[in-house]
Amino acid sequence: MTKGHDKVLAFRGLTKRFGGVVALDHFDMEVDEGQIMGLIGPNGSGKTTSFNVLTGIYEATGGTIEFLGQDITNWTAQKVCEAGVARTFQRSRLCVELSIFDNIMIGNHQNLNHGLMYNIFQRKALKRDLQESFEQAKELMAIFNPPLAGRMMEPVRNFGMIDRRRIEICRALISHPRLLLLDEPSAGMTEDETRQLMDDILVVRDKIKGLSIILVEHEMGMIERVTDRCVVLNFGQKICEGAYREVASDKLVQEAYLGVE
Amino acid sequence: MDTSKDMLIGLVAIVLGSIFTITFIAIESETGIIGLIALSGAAVVLASRTGISERISNAFSSNESMMNSAVLVAVLVIIFWFREDHFSLLMIATVMLYLTACLGLNIQLGYTGVVNFSGAAFFGIGCYTAAVLNQNTGLSPLIVLVIGGIMAALIGSILILPMLRTRGHYAAVVTIAFAILFKTFLEVNDTLGGAQGLKVPGMEILGWDFNSNIEIGDEIELSFYLNYVAIALVLSVLAFILMRRVERSWIGLNLDAVRLDETVAACFGISIKRWKVTAFTMGNFLIGMSGAVFAMMLGFIAPSNFAFSDSLMLLSIVLLGGMGSPWGTVVAAGLVILLPEKLQVIQEYRFLLFAVVVILILVFKPQGLLPRGLRAYIPGWRG
Ligand SMILES: Nc1ncnc2c1ncn2[C@@H]1O[C@H](COP(=O)(O)OP(=O)(O)O)[C@@H](O)[C@H]1O
Ligand SMILES: [Mg+2]
Repeated sequence: MTKGHDKVLAFRGLTKRFGGVVALDHFDMEVDEGQIMGLIGPNGSGKTTSFNVLTGIYEATGGTIEFLGQDITNWTAQKVCEAGVARTFQRSRLCVELSIFDNIMIGNHQNLNHGLMYNIFQRKALKRDLQESFEQAKELMAIFNPPLAGRMMEPVRNFGMIDRRRIEICRALISHPRLLLLDEPSAGMTEDETRQLMDDILVVRDKIKGLSIILVEHEMGMIERVTDRCVVLNFGQKICEGAYREVASDKLVQEAYLGVE
Repeated sequence: MDTSKDMLIGLVAIVLGSIFTITFIAIESETGIIGLIALSGAAVVLASRTGISERISNAFSSNESMMNSAVLVAVLVIIFWFREDHFSLLMIATVMLYLTACLGLNIQLGYTGVVNFSGAAFFGIGCYTAAVLNQNTGLSPLIVLVIGGIMAALIGSILILPMLRTRGHYAAVVTIAFAILFKTFLEVNDTLGGAQGLKVPGMEILGWDFNSNIEIGDEIELSFYLNYVAIALVLSVLAFILMRRVERSWIGLNLDAVRLDETVAACFGISIKRWKVTAFTMGNFLIGMSGAVFAMMLGFIAPSNFAFSDSLMLLSIVLLGGMGSPWGTVVAAGLVILLPEKLQVIQEYRFLLFAVVVILILVFKPQGLLPRGLRAYIPGWRG
């Protein structure tokens, strides 16, 4: 099999109901290795919900999720993470009182030693470990914004929106996931910042071979430039799928966005 | 160059602090105490206005082991000063034991965000364990105090089960229920002495009786409380080191993540349950151990020592000192325990006063008296 065509993720008939609200309605989607998939749709169409069901925050009402050939439907958040899925959140969710380094290390959880004896008594080994992790986090941060890499021990609250996004992306990438979920990364950013962020995502794609990304985004310029394929959701249903140009010219999609019945 | 000057300022502050503490404990007159409080208040305000307090904290972060040793020496000097004075030593030991318990409580609340309204109950479990074991067995008191800690940790690990299934404030309600249940259980349980309480035989290690005064030659007779002060000091230093090391490790990071955002923590593979259980157990172990020593020191315990209001007092120490701040807990434990002892006027209204203090702190200085800084992992480490 040629690279880039191995299937990483598949939703099959994925359904999520909140009481009477059907947030996801028999949603089918496949993502290949190394692919950047755009997930678009009007507000409330179920994009964030699909991330939450995939990452184990919500239980699916129906359907299955397959990741790297394994059925991971309704796995706990912890297990999904260990399987290789990492994400950012629509509202930036960093621990703003903690340092950049601390935040990135939260993402590195599965690679750290959490033994009680190790952490409390083997301080020398911990120190070496710390130094190593610090270099690793710094290197990753430097890819996005070299000045940030020099301020790793500052609290996140000192930084602006775009830097917080970058830190969030580093937190997701540090554990070498196979699939990265980005939920409206450009939310609350200026045009200029959005452009920088777009470059960041392209850098990620070029530097990390084989990483698949699902990008939820309202900024159509970004979707056009960054994604290989797009899926359009409306009221929890997939109404269209294809390359951005095909999708953008689709009549159903235009209606959904213009709110025409 | 500047650091050495900071260190000097820090050392001077420690010397002044010890003189203050000695005067505070020794002085009898209430007007004298009030004068001292006013004086220290003014000194603190002055120090923060002139940037001196910042330089003191610089001294601690840049040469931590030396400054910590200096504080330890100061504490030893204070203890030595009161070597023959039963009552003062009893107060000092009490402060240290409550400090140990509050460090445990701070691991739970300050790092992990687990609110424990039954601190006094876990303290009581340690006390009653010591009473029962000392009356019925010949176990060494050192083993007794460890068992006191284990008992508190075990009972805590039963209590944590319903706490894990509830979110947010409901977990706190579980601990309130337990605090009240515990006291009622003691009051009606006759084998444990009922409302009258129990006598607790003192400590004796390898023939060394903790409850006799220490005679050196014919001239010197040291208070037997010195024995308990020594063991309380060892416990509080160990608890302090434990809290510090927990914070400065991957475990501390996990605890912070659980407190700050459970959803994010879970999404990165952090087990909410594991770390809540770890913090709760660790904290209760410290609380139970200090309770066991407290019981052996007092020689007598009753359910009225472990009321809900006592749990609130322990929590108020944590809040006053600062969430996750071990030095803050040291200062706050001293203030909250010693002030009512020295000022009889307050004694009667102390719980009211603590309530007011907690509200003031939450409104005006939510980080506490000595706010916790960023995690340094290793003292002085800047990456
Ligand atoms: N926790 C929840 N409880 C109830 N309804 C929810 C919840 N989360 C999302 N929804 C509903 O599901 C639908 C899809 O929401 P969402 O996935 O956030 O949309 P999008 O991210 O595409 O804007 C909306 O109608 C929303 O109100
Ligand atoms: Mg959304």
